[in-house]
Amino acid sequence: MAVVVQASSVERRPAWYGRVPSAWWVIAVVALLMPAVTNDFILFQVFGWALILGMIALSLQFLAGYGGMVSLLQMTVAGIGGYGVAILGTSGVAAISLHLPWWIYIPVAIAIASLFGTLVGALAVRTEGIYTIMITLAIASAFFYFARQNYVIFNGYSGFNLVVPPHLFGVDWRQPMPFYYLALACAVLSYLAVRYVARSPFGLALQGVRDNPRRMAALGFNVTAHRIFAYTFASVIAAVGGILLVWQNAQISPGTAGIPAAIDILVIAVVGGIARPIGPFVGALIYVLLRAFTPDVLTAFGMSGERFKLLIGIGFLVIVYFSPDGVLGLWDRWRASRNSRVDPLTGGER
Amino acid sequence: MNAPVSAATLSSTAFAGNALELRGVTKTFGALAALTDVTLTVRPGERRAVLGSNGAGKTTLFNCVTGDFLPTSGAIRLFGEDVTRFPAHERIRRGLRRTYQISLLFAGLTVTENVYLACRGVSRGRFSLLRPGRSDVLMARARELIEAVHMADARDTKVSELSYGQQRQLEIALALAGAPRLILFDEPAAGLSPAERADLVAILTGLPSHIGFIIIEHDMDVALRVAETVSMMHNGRIFKEGTPREIESDAEVQELYLGGGHG
Repeated sequence: MAVVVQASSVERRPAWYGRVPSAWWVIAVVALLMPAVTNDFILFQVFGWALILGMIALSLQFLAGYGGMVSLLQMTVAGIGGYGVAILGTSGVAAISLHLPWWIYIPVAIAIASLFGTLVGALAVRTEGIYTIMITLAIASAFFYFARQNYVIFNGYSGFNLVVPPHLFGVDWRQPMPFYYLALACAVLSYLAVRYVARSPFGLALQGVRDNPRRMAALGFNVTAHRIFAYTFASVIAAVGGILLVWQNAQISPGTAGIPAAIDILVIAVVGGIARPIGPFVGALIYVLLRAFTPDVLTAFGMSGERFKLLIGIGFLVIVYFSPDGVLGLWDRWRASRNSRVDPLTGGER
Repeated sequence: MNAPVSAATLSSTAFAGNALELRGVTKTFGALAALTDVTLTVRPGERRAVLGSNGAGKTTLFNCVTGDFLPTSGAIRLFGEDVTRFPAHERIRRGLRRTYQISLLFAGLTVTENVYLACRGVSRGRFSLLRPGRSDVLMARARELIEAVHMADARDTKVSELSYGQQRQLEIALALAGAPRLILFDEPAAGLSPAERADLVAILTGLPSHIGFIIIEHDMDVALRVAETVSMMHNGRIFKEGTPREIESDAEVQELYLGGGHG
């Protein structure tokens, strides 16, 4: 029977590179050639940081967009990944750091952060909506205070400095250009992984759980287990983002995973749009650009550069007011309105 | 219509006991008794209609059988196994299926994805991160089921864009996924046109004989045509059982539910 069904659907799809829209090719070429046209500040502080924040916000997009679970935990998971690298690897705090080789401390840090994300997820999935936000917020702030007061493992208030990526293949990965390509590679892989998994059995089941948990149970799915595994998957991405973040700053302290940082991740994901995995990266780029350049603009107008948060807040309000589904929503509506101007018969402009 | 028959018989097991047994099942919501001491036995392959006015407890009965609600007291056995405390997904994996009175589908997914999920729910690999390939057995099975409920044209349509009647058809496709042995249909004909009702009766009567079902249906033409036995419910109790003919001619039932001069 299967053979018969196969025969009817044999029409050849174009090869994978033929199915990628041309706009994506343009973005890929621009991203790869970026180091040739920009300076180190833009490369390292703007794009490097935007890609990292985008990855952490992507883990929230996966949970919220596909799983319907808004978690404020993702920055904490990233922070634990970063702390893991600082504690297990090498840092300026020689008394605590264990100086393990990179091929141990990187996977172990990701594993510990993912285990943490899974355990908190197992607690959080018992709640819905606002209560998920509350319980993840509570755990995020508990971690912040714990890390700040614990000097044995987390080195308290000051945290760890001089945490840098390992020198591999003769490259100093903290130099702006190598770091940019490292962050770009991790971000692209995470993005593709989320897109791929969204149409896998697990990803489809997760969206089923989001739309209709009761019906999923009536189809034989263990709804709770799917939600928990979503936290595991998202935690891996957040942990990688957290490790890159520590390497970029060369330091980590409790504030890295504090409540303002956790809320920033939520703002980035919402401003970008949580419907598709590209949203968080758009949101992160807007956020980083605002942070990088508003102080200069504000001082030019005779105001204190510290007020950049005010501008970010106003920008957030404006976007959410005009488009509750973020910049992605604006983009989709603009595309729809442009397409509707195309003549349905001839395909030409009216 | 042949596709689900042949595939389903592969896994049909010669089960000697009863498909479903309810013993003294009671379900209360606070002071309200939705079900009171319900005892019911359904043989493998039996087709039974559950009739009664609104609020008689029919849907609550389904919810207790599928595990959406745990009964306040009493025991439920499914294919000889005590499932009273089992979560819903464990009962489904044992061959129970249900459809819902108001379509509960995945609006953001396509028809194929909905049916594929239903097939995946009762198979291994529910947590697989690998996309189904061209030769995926369950994807082929999903296509067969879509053809079996006459929806091949709408295969790639999002559920949110389907007509009401198509959503009802899709509900049935989901219930036929895997190897069902007992299906609970909750008002499958509600809101369907006369032509769609005839289609529904054909689908129900054409089910392979080892698949039993219980149907809640207000349309007597549908219910009494597809059922072999009928249970009448009133105020959370089953007060009469019999063949469609007996029930139709029963004076008390006629008085209560069939509006006297029915038929």
